[in-house]
Amino acid sequence: MTGAALARLGAALLLAPLLYGVIARTKAFFAGRTGAPLLQRYFDLAKLLRKGAVYSETTTWVFRAGPVVSLAAVLGALALLPMAGAPAVFGFAGDFVLLAYLLGLARFATVLAALDTGSAFEGMGASREVQFSALAEPALLLALVALARNAHELSLGSILGAVSGETWRHDAAALTLVTAALFVVFLAENSRVPVDDPTTHLELTMIHEVMVLDSSGPDLALVELGAALKMWLLGGLVVSIVVPVRSGNPWIDLGAFVAGLLALAALVGVVESTMARLRLLRVPALLVSAGVLAALGLALMAEW
Amino acid sequence: MGLLLLGIACVAAGGIAALAASRSPARASRLAAAGVVTGAVLGLVAAGRVLLTARTEELVRAWDVPYGAIVLRLDPLAAIFLVPLFVLSALAAVYGTRYLADEAAHHSLGAHWFHLCTLLAAMAVVLLARNAVLFLVAWEVMSLAAYFLVTFSHEREEAREAGWTYLVATHLGTAFLLAMFVLLGRAAGSLDFDRMRQAGLAGSPLATAVFLLAVVGFGTKAGFFGLHVWLPEAHPAAPSHVSALMSGVMIKMGIFGLILVLSLLGPPRLWWGGALVGIGAASGVLGVLFALAQHDLKRLLAYHSVENIGIITLGLGLGVTGAAAGLPVVSFAGFAGALFHVLNHALFKGLLFLGAGAVAQATGSRNLDRQGGLLRRMPWTGGTFLVGAAAISGLPPLNGFVSEFLVYFGAFSAAVAPRGAVVVALVVIAALALIGGLAVACFAKAFGVVVLGEPRSTRARDAHEVGRAMRGPMALLALACVAVALAAPLALRLVAPAVAQVATALGVPAAEAPLVGATAAVTAVVWVFLAVIAGVALLALARRLLLRGRAVTRAGTWDCGYAAPTPRMQYTASSFAQPLVDLFSPLLRTERHETVPEGPFPAPGSFASHTADLAARAVYLPLFAGAAKALGSLRWLQHGRVQLYVLYIALTLLVLLVWKVAS
Repeated sequence: MTGAALARLGAALLLAPLLYGVIARTKAFFAGRTGAPLLQRYFDLAKLLRKGAVYSETTTWVFRAGPVVSLAAVLGALALLPMAGAPAVFGFAGDFVLLAYLLGLARFATVLAALDTGSAFEGMGASREVQFSALAEPALLLALVALARNAHELSLGSILGAVSGETWRHDAAALTLVTAALFVVFLAENSRVPVDDPTTHLELTMIHEVMVLDSSGPDLALVELGAALKMWLLGGLVVSIVVPVRSGNPWIDLGAFVAGLLALAALVGVVESTMARLRLLRVPALLVSAGVLAALGLALMAEW
Repeated sequence: MGLLLLGIACVAAGGIAALAASRSPARASRLAAAGVVTGAVLGLVAAGRVLLTARTEELVRAWDVPYGAIVLRLDPLAAIFLVPLFVLSALAAVYGTRYLADEAAHHSLGAHWFHLCTLLAAMAVVLLARNAVLFLVAWEVMSLAAYFLVTFSHEREEAREAGWTYLVATHLGTAFLLAMFVLLGRAAGSLDFDRMRQAGLAGSPLATAVFLLAVVGFGTKAGFFGLHVWLPEAHPAAPSHVSALMSGVMIKMGIFGLILVLSLLGPPRLWWGGALVGIGAASGVLGVLFALAQHDLKRLLAYHSVENIGIITLGLGLGVTGAAAGLPVVSFAGFAGALFHVLNHALFKGLLFLGAGAVAQATGSRNLDRQGGLLRRMPWTGGTFLVGAAAISGLPPLNGFVSEFLVYFGAFSAAVAPRGAVVVALVVIAALALIGGLAVACFAKAFGVVVLGEPRSTRARDAHEVGRAMRGPMALLALACVAVALAAPLALRLVAPAVAQVATALGVPAAEAPLVGATAAVTAVVWVFLAVIAGVALLALARRLLLRGRAVTRAGTWDCGYAAPTPRMQYTASSFAQPLVDLFSPLLRTERHETVPEGPFPAPGSFASHTADLAARAVYLPLFAGAAKALGSLRWLQHGRVQLYVLYIALTLLVLLVWKVAS
């Protein structure tokens, strides 16, 4: 547990909501609008944290525990992610399984909170969420195992540390496949187009947003912060592979990492501006293909 | 050894005392529970001592039965299976005293307790027996006792059918075991397991035959997918504390038997590991898929037993692969994951079955779509069920995650090793990840529909919390799920001697070293668990401070402005699972029966769906129907005339005599 790791964790907490601002500004640019300020998500969080709360009469302590457990689990997962060349707060052989399962815990808490309201809309969102994440999980783990095979190591620090320009020259095909799989998982797990559309206004078509319809005040702030951190976390995995800057100077490394994440957010904005979301029935095909890409990546890595 | 035998005797004595006290059901229950609890405490002390010291205790006596001998051995492998047996049996017995109290008017509780105690004692003897005759006798007593327990509510057709299915399945399985032991016995010249081990069968075709017979015979008991058809029938039909014991402990006897036979055969072939991994992946994925499609809470849990047996078998398959491929780290992690999961599954599945029994007793139904809103009415049952649901889904920070992590760890080690078994590792990882995601879906459904939301029936609305004797065991099991997770490195150290015993028997170089990496990883996992728990506490505190003094109001759930929402408009179990069920419809083939309201004056509509078992529908029903038809042509042999039956017997004897004299 080093100071550098904790500093990076702090940077993640501070900068994660900025990703939403970048996405919104990119989409505004494509739509020819000015768009909301870059810092809009911070203003939202500050406003929500100052408010009281309204709870449904149906709900129990499970609903109140949902956002708390979910955010704690995402924070735990974030503590396992090595950022910008520095080791993570916790690192050990097989740590990426715990990372994936902590995201599972966060999801379980959110889904149960949604079901606790007894709302058909929230039940629908919960049902879709568990379906898509069940299909995304094999893709995530297989992609990480492919990288582990490249590193011949089992901890995320060594796995991501072993990715370099050299690896890209040797194993471009395998790394491309793995990156593509991780990018699909990143979009699906963060409820972005083409899996989910966070800006839709119809409850029937939502996935993530509909699950938190009844959350308000500080609870909603925790949910929003958790979502931002999850985007930082999964985006961080993609960026660590695509932008393997290891200069040795922590400022340059961290700068490259954050710049990579902001570029990724811009890319999400481009994707959302240029394509429509898939029909819900087609989403499983996308997620299964991501799993197949990851498995192929693992097979190609095995040849090396 | 003496202590353990005394414990088993206590359990048996409890059963006999209960039978003798049949006239007073309450006293019979108390006597049996007292016997089981005393026996369990003694047994746990004996098993714990063996696990701590890694020492083996033995008892050998002569026995008049041909080829039989009383060879009982308490080694670490037996001890690691005895621990869940005793823990769960004590808690289930206490739970049963209250659960059955209302049944006393219709059924003989004395007989029930006698069968229960017989089952427990027989399972303990199965784990200790090291002679094939003794093993098979105990195995058969165990199977028969379980039959009587399943048919407890024999006035219901469903229970009789389930008992019959179970009886046929278990005996078909035993037939394979009989053939297997005959093969082994002929090769070794003795039915003592030690002699079989010394026969040096490794690598011979006979070993392969024995392995296949063991997979089918023990797989029937364990519930490998395809051989599992009795499981989703018998578990729901039995009283809930019996379901807990059958699912938590009895099906593990199949796993124990398989490990035992593997260790008799010595160094395995590589493809055995692959075969076990394939069986495990199929059981795991199909088990959880069929669970998703169920509407009956206990049937759903029964399919999850198939799933968890799949996870255990994935671990065993990795262990065998590692042994055959010369990868000790893989082998040790695989076996450790499998054996640890045996313990963990007993804890959380026992808890879930006890919870399901409490729900069924409080609301009078096991149908998921007749429940809802139970957390307010039954806070203990609801809260402990949540712990069980999270644990079985493999979520941190609970025990299910730790054992699945060990299996993952083995698979990763196989994937990155220089001469690694990449394909096996890939199958294990993909299967475990898919199982994990689907299990979360299934238990979000089960817990969400049963315990959360608004009650969907009047019985659920009027439900009350169950009595203290039922709450206590559930609370203890939930506590154990948390405690085992937080003390995982310690628990792993207790599992280690059993792992070493199995690995050594399979020809893996004997050393404690291969588990060092896994232990270090598990220790780090526990630190993260603690960090997450601390995070939850801090965030909860922050939330409370933020809301202090602010307006916190209550209102209706957001319903898009609809004026008259009713609890019937909530998402149901079927609707929650529908996307996944549709996605896997080629495997599940759910039948739907629906009448859609039509026209200006619509008649009431209806919807029902039913998912029949794949193996039962595709294999067993046609098979048994065909067998019945083919054998029907022999019916003229059977006409009820006793004289002719005597003639058959005489003729048979004559033929045998001629054959004997001629040869």
